[in-house]
Amino acid sequence: MQNTNISLESLIPEAERDFAACANINDLEQAKAKYLGKSGALTEAMKGLGKLSNEDRPAAGAAINLVKQAVEAALKARRDAILLAEQEKQLAGESLDVTLPARGQGKGGLHPVSLTLARVESLFHSIGFDVAEGPEIESDFYNFTALNIPDNHPARAMHDTFYVDAADGSLDYVLRTHTSPVQVHYMQNAMKGNADMPLKIIAPGRVYRVDSDATHSPMFHQVEGLWVDENISFANLKGVVQDFLQRFFERDDLQVRFRPSFFPFTEPSAEMDMSWNGGWLEIGGCGMVHPEVFKHVGIDAEKYRGFAFGLGVERLTMLRYGVNDLRHFFNNDLRFLQQFGR
Amino acid sequence: MQFSEQWLREYTNPAIDTEALSHLLTMAGLEVEGLDGVGAEFTKVVIAEIISAEKHPDADRLQLLKVNVGAAEPIQIVCGAINARVGIKAPCALVGAALPGFDIKQAKVRGVESFGMMCSEKELGLAAESAGILELPADAPVGQDIRQFLGLNDKLFTLKLTPNRSDCLSLVGIAREVAALTGAKLALPNAEAVSAQITDSKIVSVADKEACAIYSGRLVKGVDALATTPAWMVRRLERSGLHSISAIVDITNYVLLELGQPMHAFDAAKLTGEIDVRWASQGEEIVLLNQQTVKLDKDMLVIADNTGAIAFAGVMGGASTAVSDSTQDIFLESAFFTPDTIAGKGRRFGISTDSSYRFERGVDYGRTLQALDRATALVLEICGGQAGPVTAVNGTLPARVPTNLRMAKLNSILGITLKESLVAKLFDQLGFAYVLKAGTFEVSPPSYRFDIEREEDLIEEIARLHGYDNIPAIAPVADLRMLADSEGLAARHVFQDALVANDYQEVVTYSFVDESWERDLLANANPIKLKNPIASNLSVMRSSIWGGLLDVLVYNLNRQQTRVRLFEIGATYHHAANNAYAETTRVSGLAYGDALPEQWGEAARSVDFYDVKADVDRLTLGRAEYVAVTHPALHPGQSAEVMLNGKAIGWLGKLHPKWQQHYQLPRGVVLFELDFVALQQRQVPAYSEVSKFPPIRRDMAVLVDESVSVGELLNAMQAERVEFVTEIGLFDVYRGKGIPENQKSLAFFVMMQDAQRSLLDADADKVMASLLETVKKQFGAELR
Repeated sequence: MQNTNISLESLIPEAERDFAACANINDLEQAKAKYLGKSGALTEAMKGLGKLSNEDRPAAGAAINLVKQAVEAALKARRDAILLAEQEKQLAGESLDVTLPARGQGKGGLHPVSLTLARVESLFHSIGFDVAEGPEIESDFYNFTALNIPDNHPARAMHDTFYVDAADGSLDYVLRTHTSPVQVHYMQNAMKGNADMPLKIIAPGRVYRVDSDATHSPMFHQVEGLWVDENISFANLKGVVQDFLQRFFERDDLQVRFRPSFFPFTEPSAEMDMSWNGGWLEIGGCGMVHPEVFKHVGIDAEKYRGFAFGLGVERLTMLRYGVNDLRHFFNNDLRFLQQFGR
Repeated sequence: MQFSEQWLREYTNPAIDTEALSHLLTMAGLEVEGLDGVGAEFTKVVIAEIISAEKHPDADRLQLLKVNVGAAEPIQIVCGAINARVGIKAPCALVGAALPGFDIKQAKVRGVESFGMMCSEKELGLAAESAGILELPADAPVGQDIRQFLGLNDKLFTLKLTPNRSDCLSLVGIAREVAALTGAKLALPNAEAVSAQITDSKIVSVADKEACAIYSGRLVKGVDALATTPAWMVRRLERSGLHSISAIVDITNYVLLELGQPMHAFDAAKLTGEIDVRWASQGEEIVLLNQQTVKLDKDMLVIADNTGAIAFAGVMGGASTAVSDSTQDIFLESAFFTPDTIAGKGRRFGISTDSSYRFERGVDYGRTLQALDRATALVLEICGGQAGPVTAVNGTLPARVPTNLRMAKLNSILGITLKESLVAKLFDQLGFAYVLKAGTFEVSPPSYRFDIEREEDLIEEIARLHGYDNIPAIAPVADLRMLADSEGLAARHVFQDALVANDYQEVVTYSFVDESWERDLLANANPIKLKNPIASNLSVMRSSIWGGLLDVLVYNLNRQQTRVRLFEIGATYHHAANNAYAETTRVSGLAYGDALPEQWGEAARSVDFYDVKADVDRLTLGRAEYVAVTHPALHPGQSAEVMLNGKAIGWLGKLHPKWQQHYQLPRGVVLFELDFVALQQRQVPAYSEVSKFPPIRRDMAVLVDESVSVGELLNAMQAERVEFVTEIGLFDVYRGKGIPENQKSLAFFVMMQDAQRSLLDADADKVMASLLETVKKQFGAELR
């Protein structure tokens, strides 16, 4: 029996040598057969157990098993090694220059005015402002009269209005000179039951003035804001506008200044200035909704009050992104616009 | 409104410096938009008297002057001015003086020492051009700093006044405001009544005593029209932006600036008969002072004599009765016309004057007569003459109805708590009379305040005087309620983001466009026109965004771009019923150049219809259908109307080659434009059961005529709603070998599935037979 064990144990280094000589899985499977196959040495040895006596069989069986386990372990180790090597070879062959540029479609970008409008809408949305829209070709009534700017009012001269050349020769329609008419439309609709108090909207959009030079564009954007409630105040107007500007510019130390001014549709009225590079910059107009405006839309000015403000979108955009020339916004030079691609 | 700080401080002199005064005015709503010095900065220039003048020994054009500059000894100056002569006084820059652009040093001029320089206005930065040195009056004090003598340390304020503050369109008005804001003493100019020295007068009648509530005038006879306007008056006029014209005109302008009362002086010799203030007859003509002939409307007020209109009341005098150098007698007018009477009238002729500007905003009717006296006194002082008695016709002055201010309302509007005593103090400062009863101020506004008619006007006044800065910024307290958010309505950013992700750059183009774009690209013969376009090529409102996109394309191609993909979401403008207008928001896009950015892995090819169709499909979530319809802007064979839910929502196609040529575009352009609102409508997802049973796929290739539209064929098969079919798709189009001329082979896959059981081959056979039958019948298709 001693001999058998010795010869069996010698199979282990022999198998290890054979396995090590195999370069691939196929060879290894062939080599495996010599030991573990149907007529492999170990299989044969197992078959030989039946010839042994009952006393000897367990010990001999255990000895064979030990050798078998060692051979199987050697096989597995070699198989793993070959697989790993093959995988590494494959991976090495598939290696890419990851710095090579991507394929496929490129990516565009949004206009900077859109970036600003999106920020404005999102900030006001966060305190419950809805977005309202109104026509750009606006009737004289909505653009002026309903906003307490009657015919011949000197404030009309400040507006440099574009008039629509109507077939019947009338001057009843204008290109809106501000987004304030949207207030009127919205409040009228609300009074027809389409919105409930309090009314909280912003109205972004295009506005038009007959003015074109380095600092004026005949078309530009404003955002109108309106909050009508039973107990809203001028102090609240200051609070909301200051909050907005500080959040918009992401600067808690931003100072906002309100200066008395005049708009026929608000009273008290104010110009809003914000601190910038050591000075003050005009950023828009605001005030408490004038009772005449409430009267035009049928809101009880004794019960309700409101504030309204209008902000210049291009001005906000220029300050936010450091754009120094208003004309860039409407030239649409791709070299300019692509700077804003997110 | 421009004025001199020194002039203002003559009436009220608060203990604050120029900067603080400027800030004060701005923060009170009288925005200072300009604060300038007078002329240039310079130093060490004094008044000198020339005490001797000799020829320079070596230069014909130079003189050696000895001048007294107030020092112990006269100094020697070499001077080239022709008007330098003994006895005159002129500014002298001493050694060490810093003049605009150069410094004065002791120097030898042609071998002779010179210890300074006699100065012209140009050298002192007071004028653009000047001939010779600046000759000063004989009484100018020798040695005094010229800046002090000429008041050059003055500052010029330019106010951007809002239309409601007509009371500040005069020095007196601004002084009143400054005194109210600072509590400084107010010392207004003396205007005593000038008594008549002669009895000559004019008879005046006023037709509408509401429109013209006061008309006052008087004759001044024997005036010297050629009198010199005193230097102080010229200086004040100039510092308010007015040029000196003649003594009489200057005086009327001066009173306008001082008191805010527009004045007019007629040449009395040119007046015929009585003065009549009346409405113009329709079409009545008058030649105005500026030689403009206007045809008046009947809602315009005129001053007339027996010959007709002699002035456009409140706006401008007439040429026929203007004062001239030979004028001897004048009729001075000071009147009050209501704002409504004057507002907008001059503008009909493109005329705005200092007079109409004030009248249409409101002139203080409490000073009409005072202004007449002030002007009379100045005329007598400067031009001499003798004044006649005042003729005044008084009508109905505007009512100054007492207005209530409730403390509760004031505090609730402002969001602060002010005490009655403070409000009372502020009204006192403003000079507003009031009665306080049970928390309510009954305020009677003064004659010069046209903007105090209702409670809110008083609230604004109190807020303004209290200081907007003293009202805190307070976040509102409100009920928290969520906003409505419709899932079936996609927001604008969804489309912006989708287009950006597909390499489109957003642009913003003008809403007004070149009329030719509308005509050519859209066959729109009747675009909405503007009455007063900013430029002739921006004269109509766009009915499509394509013109603007093509314009941006050309702009960028001219700047060496070769691949351009643009989109804009914006309004288009259309005629609507009843002479009204309608606006439609559109999503418009343009693709030009290579389909993909230049890259290493894909061969370059031009973007085509189907590339952009994929982009449109993304916007419509693949729900759109395309119908071949021609469009004036598009290639007739590559033009599709885009349908969504059976409605036409826009266009997709390639720019017509003739427009490509017209715009000189080297390569083709693919365009789309879709109705934004239609795109926004989306289905809220609704679950349907996912089948546990496996799907079956069958393919089918059919031969059809070239003219058969794939879309129609697919629609027809889908319309059959054959049982089990979940999807039908096209996967190949083949022409060429094995396919008859004018035919094409279309290969479809058909997916089938049932929720109840696994489908059998027999089921699939039935489905395919049914579909084939459909395409055979409707399109003459044959199985390939």
